[in-house]
Amino acid sequence: MEVELLEISQHLGRFAPFDALSEELLDEVASHVEVSYFKADTMILELDSMQTDLCYIRSGAVEVTRRNGELYNLLGEGDIFGHFSLMRNHKVRFPARAMEDSLIYFIPESIFHKLCEASDSFADFVEVERPRLESTVEGQRRDNDMMGTRVRKLVNRYPVMIEARASVQKAAQQLSEFQASAVLVLDEPGSSPRYSIKDSEGKAWQVIGILTDTDFRKRVVAEGLSPDTPVGEVVRHRLIAIQSDESVQEAMLCMLRNNIHHLPVMHRRAPVGIVHLSDIIRHETQSSLYLVSSIFDQPSAECLARLAPDVQAAFVRMAQDGADSQTVGKALSTIGRSFTRRLLELAEEELGPPPVPYCFMALGSMARNEQSIVTDQDNALVISDRFDPAKHDEYFLELAKRVSDGLATCGYSYCKGDIMATNQRWRQPLAVWKQYFRDWIEQPSPEGLLHSSIFFDLDPVCGENSLVEELQDQVAEMAPRNKRFLAAMARNALNRTPPLGFFRTFVMEKDGKRNNSINLKRRGTAPMVDLIRIHALACGSRAQNSFDRLDDIDRTQLLAPGVSDKLRYALEFLSMSRIRHQVIDLEQEQEPDNNIEPENVSRSERHHLKDAFQTLSNAQKFLKFRYPFSNR
Amino acid sequence: MPLIRPKTRSASDWHDYLVQRRQQTQVSALEDFFAGADLSPILPIEEAPMMALDLETTGLDPKRSEIVSIGMVPFSLSRIRVSERRYWVVRPRRSLDARSVTFHHITHADIEGAPRLDEVLEDVMRAMAGHLLVVHYRHIERAFLDAATRKAWRESVSFPVIDTMSLEARIHRQSWLARLRRWSGRPPASIRLHDSRTRYGLPHYHGHHALNDALATAELLQAQVASHYAPETPIGMLWS
Repeated sequence: MEVELLEISQHLGRFAPFDALSEELLDEVASHVEVSYFKADTMILELDSMQTDLCYIRSGAVEVTRRNGELYNLLGEGDIFGHFSLMRNHKVRFPARAMEDSLIYFIPESIFHKLCEASDSFADFVEVERPRLESTVEGQRRDNDMMGTRVRKLVNRYPVMIEARASVQKAAQQLSEFQASAVLVLDEPGSSPRYSIKDSEGKAWQVIGILTDTDFRKRVVAEGLSPDTPVGEVVRHRLIAIQSDESVQEAMLCMLRNNIHHLPVMHRRAPVGIVHLSDIIRHETQSSLYLVSSIFDQPSAECLARLAPDVQAAFVRMAQDGADSQTVGKALSTIGRSFTRRLLELAEEELGPPPVPYCFMALGSMARNEQSIVTDQDNALVISDRFDPAKHDEYFLELAKRVSDGLATCGYSYCKGDIMATNQRWRQPLAVWKQYFRDWIEQPSPEGLLHSSIFFDLDPVCGENSLVEELQDQVAEMAPRNKRFLAAMARNALNRTPPLGFFRTFVMEKDGKRNNSINLKRRGTAPMVDLIRIHALACGSRAQNSFDRLDDIDRTQLLAPGVSDKLRYALEFLSMSRIRHQVIDLEQEQEPDNNIEPENVSRSERHHLKDAFQTLSNAQKFLKFRYPFSNR
Repeated sequence: MPLIRPKTRSASDWHDYLVQRRQQTQVSALEDFFAGADLSPILPIEEAPMMALDLETTGLDPKRSEIVSIGMVPFSLSRIRVSERRYWVVRPRRSLDARSVTFHHITHADIEGAPRLDEVLEDVMRAMAGHLLVVHYRHIERAFLDAATRKAWRESVSFPVIDTMSLEARIHRQSWLARLRRWSGRPPASIRLHDSRTRYGLPHYHGHHALNDALATAELLQAQVASHYAPETPIGMLWS
């Protein structure tokens, strides 16, 4: 008699990649496992032994090491190991040892291969590094294309409903009580009701129509009807409704087509809520496009500051709509640039036109179009060489001050390193800027460049763009020829390294140390951006955006085939993780930051982050090898 | 609660008993069973073919209570072979009361279509043959199987088992530390299946399902041997 071992299949079903399997497949896995107990400190897989099973940790903790004994991974309940060797020559490449008393399920190779064939998500999961990240990142993109925003997201409460026999007065009282502006009217079910619902006692009703505030005016009061008139006599027996999985766009069109302001939302035949035109307008105004246009409508810096919460709303909205990190980064940068431009316009209106041409220059993430919701301002002024400090600097200092202060009130805090146009050093004519870059590139030292790498992401925001473009040309021309400069930059790029991964509620470091949280910018996106910048500088790219830079790098032989794709997917995943966790912070009404706490990291996200960290770590090793730095 | 007091047999007693019973028995399934049960007492535990066995019954007294389900999982010290598990639900003569229904996770519907114990007993004995049986609390499994063969074939049956509960008692109740603990008035460590498992870091399973409990017992023995015995330990030192 076949009997399912629920104890095994249910446990498997809670953990990736098994959670994506059908019940049937899960039962099959469960009925083929072999079980073994390992006391703490005993070997589970010995180096170079033959391996024929996938290993699953039912309880305990397992340490996986590299051939040279270096820690590769620390795994806990629900994690798998050994798939790497199974997909290759069956020789154990990463030996595994029980760190605690552990119970291991062994899943035979034949079942493992069957799962890989039967389930794409399982196959993707056990593929290491790039393919796993790639398919996840692309899966996120696919979801975004398919979904849009569904109208059910706008429904925030259950509809108010009333019996057709009830009086219009009673209906009006109900609306007041619930502070609603429309009520659904229910009647005994007819032969084949289009929309129906069961009440708490299991009685079936059909939905015959909707009565709105306007109907009370037009159809009751204006007609001089008594308050005792039954609702059923007033309501129009015609209901226009929309299915809950339709798009917001479709809901809006439906309202316009039918000239109505209330739209009942149905899940199949049952009403789930009523959407009002104002709900749709509110939703649309959270779009970043709307925000940008309203930035340019603001008459003063104070009014601009009031838009700061809207930036967060637009950010949350984009993330929830499934935008990728490039879209979010570009939109936030556009918003940041728009604030800057508007502040400059307002300042010029009061201070008068500039005495000599200038360009307001963005540095760092804004220049790369990769801005995040947690950001400070990094900017500078590049002024025409006709600049005479004695005559003109007063004007530009005031201009810089107004922009900088304005940005600060809009949520872009002052730069801690004082890289702002208010600092005289960064408010200079083009010739001085050219000399700065010449010094950085021709007389490089890691110490000297430590705080200057931000200047190698530079882009014009407003004014005479050619001033900044000349600097971009100069960098693109000089950087590839100066190996020592690249080496010094590379050395700095290696200062920040990724962790190994996660274990239970800790962040695991390569030396086995455990931390409670991780700064995903400092340990992930920033070092990744740093190393992409160096390769881009080496190949003379003028691009500022990391993904554009990778495209330029692809046109050279600088990186081995496939490596830039790995970096692309890793950067995308790290950036998305950071965005997701900032959304979590905002939703919990906390100040968003760059930290993520392991308890907020889902299991599959952990695996992907580990892959991304690994990709970054490998890329850093290559950077070290490619640009060795010696103190001549 | 009357329990059959087990006869404690030494290794050579077991050998003599099994040989004698094999020659005397009239039932071919029992002949095979006795032949297979006659394992050398000096066989190292790491080489022993074992079978974890659990019975769910309507009560504790084999004279008055009946078996409702039987679960078995074959294993060795290195692997528990779940794919070769066996499981029977059998229909008792008296109907189950509601309490034992919920207790054993067996419903009336399960039982309705189930065979009588007599009908499956031959399969059960043959499945066990050739393995050293491993149970948690031997006084249930051995006594109920004896009662079953007496009823079906008018023959008694006994066999050596490794009892994980008595191993746990040896470890946790008879050591000098355990005696000291008892002498100081603290309660002795619990040797029930779940509590014993917890001491080895084994996960919590839902109890009282014959197959789960058989699996749980097999895992417990692996853990006990890994923690307290050498893999070369002769089985004769562990069975009773």
